[in-house]
Amino acid sequence: MRSTMPRLHGQLWLGIALGVFTFLLQSSTVHADTHHDQIEQIRDVGSKGQGHEQAIDALAKLSQADATALLPILKGMKGANPIAINWLRGAFESIAARSFGKSGPVPNKMFADFAQDRSHSPRARRIAFKMIRDDAMTAELVPTFLNDPSADLRREAVAYYITVAEKVTDDQNQVDMVRSIYRRALKGAVHDDQVKQIAAALKALGDDVNLQKHFGFLPRWHIIGPFDNKEMKGFDVVYPPEKGIDLSQTCVGQMGDVTWQPISTDDEYGVIDIAMQIENYKGSVMYATTKFVSREDQEVEMRLGTPNAWKAWINGKLIFAREEYHRSTGMDQFRVKVELRKGVNTVLLKVLQNDQEQNWAQRYQFQFRFTDEAGSGIRPDQEQLTLR
Amino acid sequence: MQQISIMTLALSLFFGVSQLSADDWRQFRGDNASGHAMDANVPTEWSENSQPTWTTGLPGRGLSCPIVVGNRVIVTASSGPEDDRLHVLCFNTNTGEQIWKRQFWATGNTRSHRKMSNATPTPVSDGKQIYAFFSSNDLICLDLNGNLTWFRGITHDYPNASNSLGMSSSPVVADDTVVVQVEADSESFAMGLNTANGVTRWKKDRPRKANWTSPVHWTANDSDAVLLQSSKGVSAVEPKTGKVIWEFKESASTIPSSTADESTIYIPSKGITAVRPNGNGVEVLWNANKLSPSTASPVIANGRIYCINRAGALTCGNVKDGSILWQFRVKGPFSATPVYANGYLFAVNEEGLLQVVDAAGEKAKLAGEYNLGETVLSTPAISDGALYIRSDGKLWKFGQ
Repeated sequence: MRSTMPRLHGQLWLGIALGVFTFLLQSSTVHADTHHDQIEQIRDVGSKGQGHEQAIDALAKLSQADATALLPILKGMKGANPIAINWLRGAFESIAARSFGKSGPVPNKMFADFAQDRSHSPRARRIAFKMIRDDAMTAELVPTFLNDPSADLRREAVAYYITVAEKVTDDQNQVDMVRSIYRRALKGAVHDDQVKQIAAALKALGDDVNLQKHFGFLPRWHIIGPFDNKEMKGFDVVYPPEKGIDLSQTCVGQMGDVTWQPISTDDEYGVIDIAMQIENYKGSVMYATTKFVSREDQEVEMRLGTPNAWKAWINGKLIFAREEYHRSTGMDQFRVKVELRKGVNTVLLKVLQNDQEQNWAQRYQFQFRFTDEAGSGIRPDQEQLTLR
Repeated sequence: MQQISIMTLALSLFFGVSQLSADDWRQFRGDNASGHAMDANVPTEWSENSQPTWTTGLPGRGLSCPIVVGNRVIVTASSGPEDDRLHVLCFNTNTGEQIWKRQFWATGNTRSHRKMSNATPTPVSDGKQIYAFFSSNDLICLDLNGNLTWFRGITHDYPNASNSLGMSSSPVVADDTVVVQVEADSESFAMGLNTANGVTRWKKDRPRKANWTSPVHWTANDSDAVLLQSSKGVSAVEPKTGKVIWEFKESASTIPSSTADESTIYIPSKGITAVRPNGNGVEVLWNANKLSPSTASPVIANGRIYCINRAGALTCGNVKDGSILWQFRVKGPFSATPVYANGYLFAVNEEGLLQVVDAAGEKAKLAGEYNLGETVLSTPAISDGALYIRSDGKLWKFGQ
């Protein structure tokens, strides 16, 4: 008898807690309209402080709501801008901390159901996933996130498959199975550290991974230049490629006539090394162009890495301009949402080098890809067109 | 008397925290931003046998310093494969127990030098709210119980306002305005935001050059100014309007920040340049090129100025004329600014070696050492007889 008492007490308390939560859920319709209005006011928060005054009052009230507000808040994150999502998260965390404490019972199934439903905001789904306090339920969910729209949830699944593969790695009879598990993990992997880990494991099994292809870097371009950027005066100068791209064109450059030249890279991370292509590259402007065939009209992320100042145009439209030199570089350094149209899209980059003489200021390069929101590389519908 | 005590207790319980305390350490380098705590009880005897009062694990890295408000110590951290998870954490000063934690998503650039992290700027508090700022230029306002009041994504508002090496400027609060410096090569400005609602009171263009210094709230001689330092000098502005009061127009450092006492401002400019406002300009009192801070900012205490360079050369000068009083070698390298209390400097190097220097006499003397065994890039805090140090993985309390 004694040994069963703690368990019975535990079940009793769990029953009471879930009963209370069920009661709260049943009374949720009473609050639903109020929550809805508050959430909508918070969703109206925009940039530069827009909508703050109304939203602050709504946030203060919503943060004091009971647990019935949690699901509406998570649902309210769908389609909300990144600022409003954070406001909603603030309310969610206040309510959750007050309702469940550090170790109290939570409605695990409610959060698990929400986390599984890909129609919701990826960020909201990860919050729901992290709320689950049932290891068995979590373990069941994780493998289902492998190709999830949420990069963070994917990461959980990729880590799971890596662990599974590692557990059987020592068994020589299971090499094919291990390779297959790593290959599966790789399909979901979007973060460089996990991709590297998987690629190294596959290489040890005699299986090479084409990282450039996995990440979707665009390796083939045409470049033209140099044009003048002495004393960094070329950033806003409109050189001929900005007026229209004609690959047969000859332009007057910084050191004489220049023409478009093909360039490609075998670098695993798609780095196009401009400094290797031209002499006296200091204080110069180079243009690079390529074409990308999209299978549909779609919003994607343009992800660029460069230590140089740059401008980017997609289909003739200026996407972004940044005048920063040699403050480090890396994969996905800059992320800008862009619209691709179905069919051929033209990318034009203006990449600028300054006159700095330090050793660490000599790099003149870029790496470029399109991805979905999770960071999965989007490959062109056809291999990159040969530009003629 | 008893009624007052009961009322105080009741209010304290209601708000969950004492809102006014002379022992608070509410911002980078303490409430007067000098690095000097008027605290006679901070431990000064150190050895390898010293023990922390408590330690607590942190969910991510950070160079931000702990701040102390009443019985709460607040620290920020960042984590995640893209360093985009922003943590604000609050612990009980007595027990180290976590009172609350909150997490948000970065909306701006999260890239930084591998040594830095998104949680590099130190949060600031006015005793009622906490303003947690990050390298991604996300500014989070929470009450002392962790409830979000407002959130601004300044790089979301101005997408070119970022530095690919990371940003580090810590905000200040003055006259119901939180002032941030967002200064980089591609876009550069300072802003004053209404503490009540996060709405912009003013925004001023600043020199377009990467700048990691922090503003200083300086109140002296009826002056209430925020000092904005950059490569072009120092501008003193009114907190609520951003209107320039005076300017120092010689070049200044973009890494260590200025320090001030009640009458003088000590600017990292050609070593250290001491200035005093003089109408709408400044009078240069002295310049000392042997006082040469590198990453750590100067410390001012009891008529002395202390500068430590990256390698660990500690120099003490007289604030009256900049003359050198002594030099002393401690083990570097240093990123964190030392703090001072009760005649001692507490300097933690990057490897986590705390070196306590008896710094009040004619010569310096090493009073003790303690090895935390973890990377420390963050400036310590001193409050109510205790020293708080944030390492890469933990928050440490030493003392009562």
